[in-house]
Amino acid sequence: MTPRRKRLLAVLGILVGVGAAAALATLAFEDNLLYFYNPSQVLAGDAPEGRTFRIGGMVTQGSLKRTDGTLEVRFVVTDYQHSIPVRYEGLLPDLFREGQGMIAHGRMGEGGEFVADEVLAKHDENYMPPEVAESLHDPQPARVSE
Amino acid sequence: MIPELGHFALILALLLSTSQSAFSFGGAARGNAAWMAAGRSAVVGQFVFVAVAFGALAWSFVQQDFSVLYVASNSHSELPVFFRVAAVWGAHEGSLLLWSLCLAGWTLAVTAASGSLDAPFRSRVLGFLGLISIGFQLFMLATSNPFTRLMPAAAEGRDLNPLLQDFALVVHPPILYLGYVGFSVAFAFACATLLEGRLDAAWARWTRPWTLAAWLFLTIGIALGSWWAYYELGWGGWWFWDAVENASFMPWLAGTALIHSLAVTEKRGLFKSWTLLLAVSAFSLSLLGTFLVRSGVLISVHAFATDPERGIYILGFLTVVIGGALLMYAWRAPRLKSEAGFEATSRESFMLFNNALLVTALSLILLGTLYPLFMDALELGKVSVGPPYFNLVFLVPMLPLLVLLGIGMHAAWKRGLLGTMRTRLFAVAGASIGASVIIGAAAYGEVRPMTTIGFALAVWVMLSSLLVPFARLRGRQPLPAAVLGMVVAHFGIGLTTLGITGVQSFKVEKDFALGIGDGATIAGYEFKFAALRDVRGPNYVGVEADVVVSRGGEAVTVLKPQKRLYNSGGNALSEAGIEVGAARDLFAALGDDLGQGRWSFRLQYKPLIRFIWLGAILVAFGGLLAALDRRYRQRVTARLDERAASVA
Amino acid sequence: MKIAWRFLLPAVAFTILIGFFVVGLQRDPGAIPSPFIGKPAPEFFLESLGDPAWKVGTEDFAGRPWVLNVWATWCVGCREEHAALLSIARENRVPIMGLNWRDDRALALGWLEQLGNPYVSVAYDPEGGTAIDWGVYGAPETFLIDAEGRVIKKHIGPLTVETWQREFLPLLPSTGKRQ
Repeated sequence: MTPRRKRLLAVLGILVGVGAAAALATLAFEDNLLYFYNPSQVLAGDAPEGRTFRIGGMVTQGSLKRTDGTLEVRFVVTDYQHSIPVRYEGLLPDLFREGQGMIAHGRMGEGGEFVADEVLAKHDENYMPPEVAESLHDPQPARVSE
Repeated sequence: MIPELGHFALILALLLSTSQSAFSFGGAARGNAAWMAAGRSAVVGQFVFVAVAFGALAWSFVQQDFSVLYVASNSHSELPVFFRVAAVWGAHEGSLLLWSLCLAGWTLAVTAASGSLDAPFRSRVLGFLGLISIGFQLFMLATSNPFTRLMPAAAEGRDLNPLLQDFALVVHPPILYLGYVGFSVAFAFACATLLEGRLDAAWARWTRPWTLAAWLFLTIGIALGSWWAYYELGWGGWWFWDAVENASFMPWLAGTALIHSLAVTEKRGLFKSWTLLLAVSAFSLSLLGTFLVRSGVLISVHAFATDPERGIYILGFLTVVIGGALLMYAWRAPRLKSEAGFEATSRESFMLFNNALLVTALSLILLGTLYPLFMDALELGKVSVGPPYFNLVFLVPMLPLLVLLGIGMHAAWKRGLLGTMRTRLFAVAGASIGASVIIGAAAYGEVRPMTTIGFALAVWVMLSSLLVPFARLRGRQPLPAAVLGMVVAHFGIGLTTLGITGVQSFKVEKDFALGIGDGATIAGYEFKFAALRDVRGPNYVGVEADVVVSRGGEAVTVLKPQKRLYNSGGNALSEAGIEVGAARDLFAALGDDLGQGRWSFRLQYKPLIRFIWLGAILVAFGGLLAALDRRYRQRVTARLDERAASVA
Repeated sequence: MKIAWRFLLPAVAFTILIGFFVVGLQRDPGAIPSPFIGKPAPEFFLESLGDPAWKVGTEDFAGRPWVLNVWATWCVGCREEHAALLSIARENRVPIMGLNWRDDRALALGWLEQLGNPYVSVAYDPEGGTAIDWGVYGAPETFLIDAEGRVIKKHIGPLTVETWQREFLPLLPSTGKRQ
């Protein structure tokens, strides 16, 4: 094979490869791009209907309620302008706490309630709510299940 | 006193790094042997002072010196000694010091082992390494000083994040950093080559063992991270395609492509400019990862506390280092032509496919990782890219790669001609498919397309790897360390593939609400919540559950998951109970008190998961064997007739 | 030169990437607005930290802009920002009132004595009721209230001199008059 032919083949190969990769990427992005909205945007109708998305904000203090004896929990997520109730069945992450940020993945259910299939919590190391810090002074730490 | 000493040592280290670069580049440019020697001495000095600074910080932690802001933020009076030392690298500032220490260490090693390189080239390599050292030390002193004082001292520290209070923290970051930072050696070699405009391929020979060493550390580091996530995060996942994980995986992919490409450049003088570009890319990806994790441009569950000022600094550093290297590449690469030919089924050809597929996977993962940033910057909304994207774009190139891997190992240089291997390979292929169907059907009662493909590829790679020593020993050919290393590493890849296929195909994960005496069954195993008790640790209190596991009436084990509350900050942490097995892991995590005497549990059945990490260890071990091959330890000076090999 | 162009490609692609990063750095991926911005500041009238018989509150600064800084001795971030607060207080542009939150009176007084006191007055809120009214989720938090008694800025986390200069000062009326 002549060098010229080889060069041509190489260029062709690269083009085909890049094309295939681009096609793959496009296909993969299709359903797997998760848009993130805050409660205000969701209530304004920005969030997609009938598809899963991510909602994020702060967990309103005092809103965490458990259906006794079951895995079901309910809480309210807020961006301080608007709030949305969330329902989730399963184990909450260790860092999940009222008054801290969280992101939930799921879809809007009936009655304006967000049904989550996954809940993530994030924790900023520079910023500490008092219940957390109070135990610095208090020799008896709070009950695990509180 | 000690913190100030540490701070001062860091300043001295910066001065020495500057001398290292100045004397090395200056000496090389002027042919001044004394200057070049001075540059080498500066390397030793730099290492000593970075080590002193590191020691000072470690000492402050061990002594519980809460007058140092960093110590107060990451330690606690009840923190066990073991973790006090590891806490040094538990957050941003200290981890930078670890980076700098690793870099100083690698630089020292390169200086010591490069005696047979010609002096100007050697000096330029050290010069470039020095520039990187300067960057990190300056970054620390300007924006992220670990020795900042807190006056008066805090009464109590804020404690190390409980997630980090684990043995894995002691080993994972240091090993991972040795890997990341180690790619700087290949980078420096590439830059020196580009700067000098060298046309020969001698640098490839020099770079290879260093790259293998860095790569094997990175392999272990990533495996450790995955294993740690599995048992510590409590939810049994072993890979999440999180930005921080991708930040370590992308350099690894580039590094894998690089070690293969280096083989071709060394042996046949081909792909020279491509290999140089890869060497620059691997380290660039390491630096990029550092940026992504610390600057706040991406939200990640793992990211360090965000600070735009630091982000700007790293970005500037990134621009100078990577931009500079890429410009040098654009300047010199056009002259690096090689016209040697090779057949379609030659070893070179397979290496080419290897690189093409790895780089494709790498590019798509990079795209997915940065996509949220692009979208946000263009104000197109806040998105995140989910794991399914990454799973798909990684899987698709990997499937053909694994197939070609099995064949390519046996291909000869320059000319194809698999010869007798052909029949053997067909036999192995057949055996792989057969074995796959048997494993699926017999062990798990199911034969699914993706699962069958996965198992078949795993067995294919493993058996094909074993064919190499088999054929060599039979033909009374030698089996050098480099070849054995290749065999072991490829076998490890097969093992990891086996593990991944097993887990992803047959795992079971479910949440349950159980009261004492209640049970649940998954994958044929019965899990019974038998008891609950209070527990106390050195710096925490909590509850522990007894979960009795049985199968078909026979007792298997008792898992003891805990839910802990740390004294220092009321942080809660779930410690999973795991029963390790060759064929499967059994996993129980304790959630919350649900009321009515019930607790939430996450129970999991994870078949073949241990093979994922076992395979990775073999991969790293293979790299070690290859790096230690005798021919790299021979004192051979760069020979002029190497150049002859590169001209067709 | 045809050949040279393709070798510049990596450098060009990198430059575009850096461009995105520069833009990305200037955006805050976690920004959450505050409910109180533009609303009247919740009134309070609490015991002062130093003297329980003396009371301080929102009325003390009626008619002029002021700053409320929520702090406590158990808060490491508060320690970090203390030097910045002292520096800002020295400028004397606006009075800063401290809200000592869920803390021990003696410890708090000791802290101020040791570290210096940037506050014109400090309200003592051991139960945290006032903090809840202000939507405080953690410490430190700093609020800017305008002359009409509306909350016009809230900063979460340790305050730095840069943040003060970049984000708070532009919101103050630039009369040049000392308060």
